[in-house]
Amino acid sequence: MTRFRRVAVTGFLPAVLALLVAVVLLGIVLRILGADPLTSLVALFDFGETPRAQANQMRSWVNGSVPLFLSGLAVSIGFRMGLFNIGVEGQYRIAGLVAAWFAATVALPAFLAIPVTIVVGMATGALYALIPAVLKVSRGVNEVITTIMLNSIVGGLIAYLLRGPFRDPALGDSASGRTAGVREEAWFPGFDNPFGWLGMDTPSRPLGGFLIVAVLVGVIVAVGLSRTRFGFNLRASGSNPEAAATSGVGASRMIVQAMLISGAIAGLVGLPQVLGDDHGYGAESFALGFGFSGIAVALLGRNHPLGIGLAAILFAFLNRSGPSLQNVNVPPSVVLIAQGVIVLSVVIVNEVLRRRLLRMEDRKAAADHPAPPQQGAPSGTAPAGASA
Amino acid sequence: MPRRAAGASSGARYARNIRASVTPTPSVLEEIPLRHSIKATALLAAVALGLAACSSGSSTTTTTTTAPAAGGATTVKVGMAFDTGGRGDGTFNDLAVKGLERAAKELGVTAKELSPNADGTNRADLLRQLADSAYNPIIGVGYAYGDPMDQVAKEYPKVQFVRIDGGPSTVANVAVMDFAEQEGSFLVGVAAALKSKTKKVGFIGGNESMVINKFGAGFVQGVKAVDPAIVVADKRLASGDEGKGFGDTQGAKVAAAGMYQDGADIVFTAAGGSFAGSFPAAKDAGKLVIGVDSDQYNTVSDATWKPLVLTSMVKRVDNAVFQSIQSFRSGGALKSHSFNLKDDGVGYSQSGGFVDDIKTQLEDYKSKIVSGAIKVNEK
Repeated sequence: MTRFRRVAVTGFLPAVLALLVAVVLLGIVLRILGADPLTSLVALFDFGETPRAQANQMRSWVNGSVPLFLSGLAVSIGFRMGLFNIGVEGQYRIAGLVAAWFAATVALPAFLAIPVTIVVGMATGALYALIPAVLKVSRGVNEVITTIMLNSIVGGLIAYLLRGPFRDPALGDSASGRTAGVREEAWFPGFDNPFGWLGMDTPSRPLGGFLIVAVLVGVIVAVGLSRTRFGFNLRASGSNPEAAATSGVGASRMIVQAMLISGAIAGLVGLPQVLGDDHGYGAESFALGFGFSGIAVALLGRNHPLGIGLAAILFAFLNRSGPSLQNVNVPPSVVLIAQGVIVLSVVIVNEVLRRRLLRMEDRKAAADHPAPPQQGAPSGTAPAGASA
Repeated sequence: MPRRAAGASSGARYARNIRASVTPTPSVLEEIPLRHSIKATALLAAVALGLAACSSGSSTTTTTTTAPAAGGATTVKVGMAFDTGGRGDGTFNDLAVKGLERAAKELGVTAKELSPNADGTNRADLLRQLADSAYNPIIGVGYAYGDPMDQVAKEYPKVQFVRIDGGPSTVANVAVMDFAEQEGSFLVGVAAALKSKTKKVGFIGGNESMVINKFGAGFVQGVKAVDPAIVVADKRLASGDEGKGFGDTQGAKVAAAGMYQDGADIVFTAAGGSFAGSFPAAKDAGKLVIGVDSDQYNTVSDATWKPLVLTSMVKRVDNAVFQSIQSFRSGGALKSHSFNLKDDGVGYSQSGGFVDDIKTQLEDYKSKIVSGAIKVNEK
């Protein structure tokens, strides 16, 4: 019973409660905006009229969740360790650029092109994340500050690289920066008919195959965190650094390793677009902002790979619904509000329930080991109290 | 169900533990702090929401403009996908709306507008959605529709796509309508040079992209054509092609205030919605600004900003939209076109009458550019 209650209080109860709170709050917001909450809620599930439109929307939902998931995963590795890697944004941008440049310029045999490009992207992200790690370990600089600053620096760095060494030589002088096109061997394949088993039409563009990589990385991280010594050390350092250090886990080494892994996963975030869609890095079209939404996704997913997956799917669902909401005259910024409300609700409901659980445990402890003065208290009122 | 079970049995434990004097209804007692917390939560989140809604700034609503079809020709259904900021941004997107509304009124087309999400990551989805709903032509507003539009256009080869701004496209059914911003910027540069008393002027660009470089290069060349000794400060709100400089009012305010402090008396801001930062800076300093895209003397929301607008470098996005729809309606496939001074695609505004005294000089330069006697650089 106690175990069941623990699961209820820590597991699905907060999620359900938070989602309910969020829906109610959103209803209020929509009301204030002058929209009908019920119509808007229905519009969220509007996938379009034609079979093609529905398939396309499914595709954009699934595709949209991949970078969010990877970014959330990258952020969560740091969170698990008590590190706030706000720098996923910068790490995935530079990694996307370097990977695109690499895949465009280096000729590799077909079976090597994609894996090696992915490794290059991960290595770039990891290296960029190494800077804040080293600064923290050697100089004690707070990683929040350094990663934010490195996010800013990356903008300038990319602008420079796209003007100089990484620029497509065929581009005119005044054209906006982009790398040369990725060589065809490194184009990431997709699924032509991903929703056929659901009886749906084929989307007008294949579903990105990078989904497989994302799932694979998710599984590796989940297993690595829960089943390996490294994962244990990481979690231990996160939840109690002193205890971990006392038992022989080197704090500095853990910081560096966690940041490297976080950065390496961040390096994957931009690759679906670079290798699967754009086949190059165009400064104008490379999608920005996943590093920041990843923080929200990680929070919502409570730093657990499965939770992050669900959170990414939810966020992508909301992102996809932006245009559908506009069909019923709800501005697309409501999507952002919805995401914010959900994260806030989850964080706050979690905290409320956590405190409640703590109180319950206190009482349990007190009941199991009653303090001497309380021993005389009559316990006969208990059944009466419970039935009241 | 589990909720209730938890309440009851923890209540039992609670009761066992407390003193006899405080016995009543422990489960109710327990409910109170939770409910309070939820109330507090709701309140807090609502406040946060309010803030979020305020900061998003623009009231982006989608409207479907309908008008009776002129003539009885088959009605053209125009799809329009905006740049970030959407309808109501006060500059670029609103100009496109103006063109669309004119087309609805004069040509009787129906239209559907979609705005991208705040991070602008779903541009391709917008275009696909419009194509799936059988809109044709589909107009993407802003250079960021580059790659997304080229991709989607290949998926829907029978649909005409039109991009406002940006580099050329290799896809057959994409027509790019761009502007010779450098030519119009040259003229406002001339106006700034003729009007500057301190012999110092400033340029604030949204970023270092191709389009913004055209603004900057033309402006500098225009200033120097009048007086090479005039100093032009050049400040960009974001590096490379980053889009965040187009909504950075605070950055623009700081940049403009700095320029005025350094002695500049006229600042030209080519940074989309960020103008809303440099205008108040000019007001504080008692100096002037040059508007961008629309004739900002007429479009600014704050009437006290009007006397600050020396002139605006107008970019007739509305004309580009209208003409695209018009030629699509009468002839089908569209060709890319660059709007310049010659066809009044760009120019300077005269509202407020602040440049009336130098109009002859401005017109003189204008005719020289149109005739090709002056060649304006793009970067």
